[in-house]
Amino acid sequence: MQKNLFSDEKSRGILYQTLVVGFFALAIYFIVNTTAYNLEKRNIATGFGFLNNPAGFDISFSPFLDYKSTDTHLKVYFVGVLNTLLVSFTGCIAATILGFIVGIIRLSSNWLLSRTAYVYVEFTRNVPLILQIILWYAILIQLPRIKQAPQIWDTFYISNRGLYGPRPIYEDGFFIVSIFILLSFFIAFFVRRWAKKRQDNTGQQFPTFTTNLGIIILLPLLIFFIMGSPMTLEYPVLKGFNFKGGMVIRPEFIAMFLALTIYTGAFISETVRSGILSVTKGQREASGALGLKQNWIMRLIIIPQALRVIVPPLTSQYLNLTKNSSLGIAVGYADLVHGFGGISLNQTGQAIECMAITMATYLVISLTISFFMNIYNKSIQFKEK
Amino acid sequence: MNIDNKIESRKPPVATTGFIGWLRINLFSNWFNTIVTLLVAYFLYQIIPWFLDWAIFSADFIYNYKGERIIDRSFCSRVANPEEYHAACWSIIIVRFYQFIYGFYPVEQVWRVNVTYFLLAIALIPLLVEQLPYRKHLIKFTIIFPIIAFILLYGGFGFEIVPTNKWGGLLVTLVLGVFGIALAFPLGIILALGRRSKLPVISMVCTLFIEFIRGVPLITLLFFGMVMLPLFLPEGINMDGLVRVLVAVTLFQAAYMAEVIRGGLQAIPQGQYEAAQSVGLSYWQMNRKIILPQAIRITIPSIVNTSIGLFKDTTLVIIIGLLDLLGIGRGALADATWMGLSNEVYVFVALVFFIFTFGMSRYSLYLENKLKTGINMGAD
Amino acid sequence: MKKLLSILAVSVFAFSANAGTLDDVKNRGFLKCGVTTGLIGFAAPDDSGNWAGFDVDVCRAVAAAIFGDSSKVEFTTTTGKSRFPTLASGEIDMLARNTTWTLSRDVNLGFEFVGVNYYDGQGFMIPSALGVDDATGLDGATVCIQTGTTTELNLADFFRANNISYEALPIETNDEARENLFAGRCDVYTTDASGLSATRAQADNPNKWVVLPNIISKEPLGPLVRHGDHQWGDVVRWSLNTMIIAEELGVSSANVDDSKSSNIPEVLRLLGVEGGYGEMLELSNDFAYNIIKQVGNYSESFDRNIGPDTPLGIGRNLNALWTDGGILYAPPFR
Repeated sequence: MQKNLFSDEKSRGILYQTLVVGFFALAIYFIVNTTAYNLEKRNIATGFGFLNNPAGFDISFSPFLDYKSTDTHLKVYFVGVLNTLLVSFTGCIAATILGFIVGIIRLSSNWLLSRTAYVYVEFTRNVPLILQIILWYAILIQLPRIKQAPQIWDTFYISNRGLYGPRPIYEDGFFIVSIFILLSFFIAFFVRRWAKKRQDNTGQQFPTFTTNLGIIILLPLLIFFIMGSPMTLEYPVLKGFNFKGGMVIRPEFIAMFLALTIYTGAFISETVRSGILSVTKGQREASGALGLKQNWIMRLIIIPQALRVIVPPLTSQYLNLTKNSSLGIAVGYADLVHGFGGISLNQTGQAIECMAITMATYLVISLTISFFMNIYNKSIQFKEK
Repeated sequence: MNIDNKIESRKPPVATTGFIGWLRINLFSNWFNTIVTLLVAYFLYQIIPWFLDWAIFSADFIYNYKGERIIDRSFCSRVANPEEYHAACWSIIIVRFYQFIYGFYPVEQVWRVNVTYFLLAIALIPLLVEQLPYRKHLIKFTIIFPIIAFILLYGGFGFEIVPTNKWGGLLVTLVLGVFGIALAFPLGIILALGRRSKLPVISMVCTLFIEFIRGVPLITLLFFGMVMLPLFLPEGINMDGLVRVLVAVTLFQAAYMAEVIRGGLQAIPQGQYEAAQSVGLSYWQMNRKIILPQAIRITIPSIVNTSIGLFKDTTLVIIIGLLDLLGIGRGALADATWMGLSNEVYVFVALVFFIFTFGMSRYSLYLENKLKTGINMGAD
Repeated sequence: MKKLLSILAVSVFAFSANAGTLDDVKNRGFLKCGVTTGLIGFAAPDDSGNWAGFDVDVCRAVAAAIFGDSSKVEFTTTTGKSRFPTLASGEIDMLARNTTWTLSRDVNLGFEFVGVNYYDGQGFMIPSALGVDDATGLDGATVCIQTGTTTELNLADFFRANNISYEALPIETNDEARENLFAGRCDVYTTDASGLSATRAQADNPNKWVVLPNIISKEPLGPLVRHGDHQWGDVVRWSLNTMIIAEELGVSSANVDDSKSSNIPEVLRLLGVEGGYGEMLELSNDFAYNIIKQVGNYSESFDRNIGPDTPLGIGRNLNALWTDGGILYAPPFR
């Protein structure tokens, strides 16, 4: 009995544990002591007071917060966290879409298509990510210079300083429109529930997708015009050195986003492929015998079962992507590691505090992702009735 | 119904065998597939010849289009005559090949690196080939290989000492990869056993360690090794830069390996434990002789997969200023005589990594098929 | 086994046992010097991996002073971020990496700057096609900066003081910043004026780039050592001073042998013919002779690496001797 493995050696177990605790206590005591001595000798300040000191340097890429060089290191931290979350979140979504498409393509009956997908997967999986980030950035830098930026419909500009486009300016009354946008999603949600209930009870189908698409698009649009179009677009205009106004997506972000998506997408496609393969052939044949169409078999029978296999490794891919977003330092993307764990650390010299905060933040992000993915995983697992 | 009506004779079914049949099934089964095939073929037709032309047929290797020997970037055809020439100029790799492979290792001592590379290949053979005569003895060599490699590369025992700041290029990449994996493996086993231990304190310590390492990016651990580790050591003692990085890499890899091995341990049926105990084996005897050999055997594919991840991750050391393969490449680009040839350098470095990691992943796939486990245990 | 363990321990940990850096270096047989990962003219490896440059020469001078052999140096590459931890941890004996002498680095980080080998200031470089001739005309420009330096703080201060806006692009190394500037990702590159000259020299057509006249900061660059080991600090300080004094006295690598029979007392003291000044530093009395013979005096090093005849083409300006209108001044060798 494994349970009794140590029960007859209880005292030995206690001895082992005391030794371990003692060893760690000694090690920690030793490290704390030497560190305190070293810090004092090198005159390095300690404590978290520096967080409230002005940072003194500038970060341009801060799409959510208005950051100036007179702001504090604490604000640098928040800018960094938001930038990390931005590239991780968009990257996860895009990588999932890409991964599912490529995973399904890999199983396509078209030999040429599946082989091409295979080559893509093998090439991206086997080349270091940081190299891919640098490579993407090197390509983006070769785009036209700002003065020669080609334009599309006088609205979008492509240059090596980023993709410029119009920015919406909200006026009074847009608030009501946004309420209706939310409302339309609620309505769509209830339509779907109602349709599913009706189908369960009567077997009658309802064109849920097209109806909901109509509701989500048309309802807010209608209100938008009723309110007298309370939104204008601000177009980018080339003034002096740069475009003024409008919205811009920076090449640093695009390089990170592309590299993370394409790299992680390759891994996700493999889990998707093995997930689909894990659904037994009988399932496919049985649904074929029921007369379901090919794409319906995929959507209703195969994918839901495959998801049970796909989601756990998908979670670890999301975690990997989030952690890999720390490589932004290679191209100057001002994420948590580059901004706070890099520049702030350098300017203050308080390595221990900065690294501790940075690591703790990643731990929290990782745990949060695991938490939500576990909830999702539970909801799709096979429920015995 | 008229009995005289003849049924039209049916056409023979379309060929499903032979080359035409294969084409029909795999490429042109219906109109949609036909369009897709044509589109993909067109795309490949655009990309592949262009790339081959860039990389091989029109590329400069030693001489440029005028037949001059290329000694710096200004001789490259695409720099000297950008209007007409666009293809790669591989001379940057050829001229700096020594640095790419050995870093700044002294030329008169470089045979030691070559011997180490050779011995590494020998040490890998018993791991790769299972049906090998005297495999048991060769495995012993594999186990002591890191020590031999260390003496050969670093020095001592009559060899001249070559400090680690002279190492670079592929040498650093391989040292970090091979030593990182070799050191992480035993540590990973201990952590995996510790996490499954019935002793709450030990299990908690191991779990905390593993989850902490897995929750933070490798780059923060490298910063930790670079910036914080020196503060933890008493005055007058400092660690070699490469070793500090190796510590971070090993801890990182050990946590991931521990999780893989734990998956293997969980897959061992309870009966194995019970049988081992019933013949009176102690905890360590049981693990060493019964449990671990089985657990490791079924997890080797996953261990190889995490090792591939580590091997690729060694490139992160460029961020803290160590000159690995990618770092040497960037160093070459920093030199005024070669700058601007970034495409060549990055493609070359990517190719080297691809050869190593693709080989490793083929190997892991081969093992996986042989073991027919078909379960991928927590590897990324 | 014991031997293996001891080699392992020595390679993994370097024990200095508080014997003083000079004794450590002497016992080790070579000097460990921290330099940049590559800044042309100041420190960069060539195709065969030999380091050369203006900062490298300071390291070589110290090696020549200690061992009489300027080749006994191991170079460790450091980034803007890793340079201070590397020096503080004892991994290197000295840092010669265009590092600005500031109060907080001297006092708060626990280092000692032993002198200034290059008086610099932060400037701006732009494509001449932009037609801007003063930094205050850079409103709205994108500026590439190397992080981990004093320049990013100076830059923010300068633009704020002049009430003009800019977009900062913080970048980790000089090479990446250069790539970005040449590709047009940023309009302006700001760093020490010497670094700008080095960057300009690397352009395909240097005439297409101008360094603006605005110098927005004082950047005295010099070698530094860990605080507290004064004997070692003195060795590095006087190795540097020797190069400057040699120029003042007109002693160069070409005439150093003849100068031994000079009739100027200070030359004789410098070259160790008279007096025991080397022994005061616990060096040999001909340490200065070795420096001058093997590395050269200040102007030789300057002209060889960064002077007007090199691709960098930097004039002496502030770095001319005090007798020539500059501020280069070494205490007397006495």
